[in-house]
Amino acid sequence: MRNPQLNKHGELQHLLTLDGLPREVIVSILDHAAPFTEVAEREVKKLPLLRGKSIFNLFFENSTRTRTTFEIAAKRLSADVVNLNVSTSSTAKGESLLDTVDNLCAMQADMFVVRHAASGAPVLIAQHLQATGRDHIHVINAGDGRHAHPTQGLLDMYTIRHYKRDFTHLTVAIIGDVLHSRVARSQIAALTALGVPELRIIGPRTLLPDGIEKLGARIFHDMREGLRGADVVMMLRLQNERMSGALLPTPQEYFKVWGLTAEKLALAKPDAIVMHPGPLNRGVEIDSAVADGAQAVILPQVTFGIAVRMAVMSMLAGQ
Amino acid sequence: MQFPDAETLCQQLAEQIRPNLQPNTVLIGIRTGGEWLARRLHALLGLNGAPGAIDISFYRDDYGARGLRGPSLRADIPFSIEDAAVILVDDVLYTGRTTRAALNEIFDFGRPASVELAVLVDRGGRELPIAARYCAHTLPEALPAAQNLQLERTNAGVLTLRLIDA
Repeated sequence: MRNPQLNKHGELQHLLTLDGLPREVIVSILDHAAPFTEVAEREVKKLPLLRGKSIFNLFFENSTRTRTTFEIAAKRLSADVVNLNVSTSSTAKGESLLDTVDNLCAMQADMFVVRHAASGAPVLIAQHLQATGRDHIHVINAGDGRHAHPTQGLLDMYTIRHYKRDFTHLTVAIIGDVLHSRVARSQIAALTALGVPELRIIGPRTLLPDGIEKLGARIFHDMREGLRGADVVMMLRLQNERMSGALLPTPQEYFKVWGLTAEKLALAKPDAIVMHPGPLNRGVEIDSAVADGAQAVILPQVTFGIAVRMAVMSMLAGQ
Repeated sequence: MQFPDAETLCQQLAEQIRPNLQPNTVLIGIRTGGEWLARRLHALLGLNGAPGAIDISFYRDDYGARGLRGPSLRADIPFSIEDAAVILVDDVLYTGRTTRAALNEIFDFGRPASVELAVLVDRGGRELPIAARYCAHTLPEALPAAQNLQLERTNAGVLTLRLIDA
């Protein structure tokens, strides 16, 4: 069976996950994103590529940054963007996910950007579109449950490539709540595909999923040991809203052991970059002095995210 | 068909432009052939600064039918377009669609005082109301659509014209 994200020519039809996406496709998206970064510097920050296309932001789960960057990306490509905060609309009245999709298709949707608390919701939509012969409509996963957040993974790769150029000599550390993190899953898939030789995963046992070592990473339960000599430090947000049960002590205690401070960061390479997908929990997973420090590239990540999303949208809509 | 030497045409094009240079004249080349040509003209005309370069991929009128054709390059316009006398430079003028796309892109950077078009070769076959003010060589007969005329650059930096059967 072919990868459901690719059409019969091997081109990207939907972007659902980075898992199993060929290296060439990932590199191609990063290459496509580069010229879009320049658009923000123009007098008119708009390109005519998606003129006349309708993009529906279907957010079944709250998000400000991701929804906003998708919206800006679509608008800079001249698309018409409709934001649906579905948690407060039809679903609340009992409409099913696929009924919502069918209704929006009847309004001539060209693309869906989907955020959902349930893993697999965007895949379900893509399969539904395919099964009903609507191959001209594209789906982008903007984060589903614990499964994947592919555009975040891609913008992280863009950021690393921007600062470090080559992936094949890097030591990359992913730190924190991997268990609840769809971002971590997408990062691991992309870093592996791009040939990072040393991938480290650092976190407390209760926040690392079972069998994670099978993904080809080295596991550390000591943050200092894991940070030593790292080129890239990728912090994860502590996802309190996804937690059930007593996985953790208090945030203060978490910070003491797993928070990134200047003192711990000093163990990484002097030119190491610090990344975070946002929103920041200052004083929980990262110290303010580090988040605002010279090694942090957290705000450039946001800016690159717009270009990466423009690239994905224009690659999909052009198929 | 035999084509005139591209290097000679380049010199002739510079001499056509020279009498009309203004203090606010800037050159913008359309990638990739037009960019090489713009750099060459820039040096021959003794202009200050650096010429601009644009890649019109994001402004093409066949994106809907053909999509993006691989990654493009970022636009590089190292001066203000506002009130500039722009000379748009391309290697070969054909349907005029590339020129149309380039005009749209330039206006997204600001409002120029004027835009003129300079090309090395006019191969005929226009599909839009576009003409070059400066043109070093016009083919006596339009080339058939199956043929592609393009500017190439050797490793030593020498420009040549090549006809390819598409």
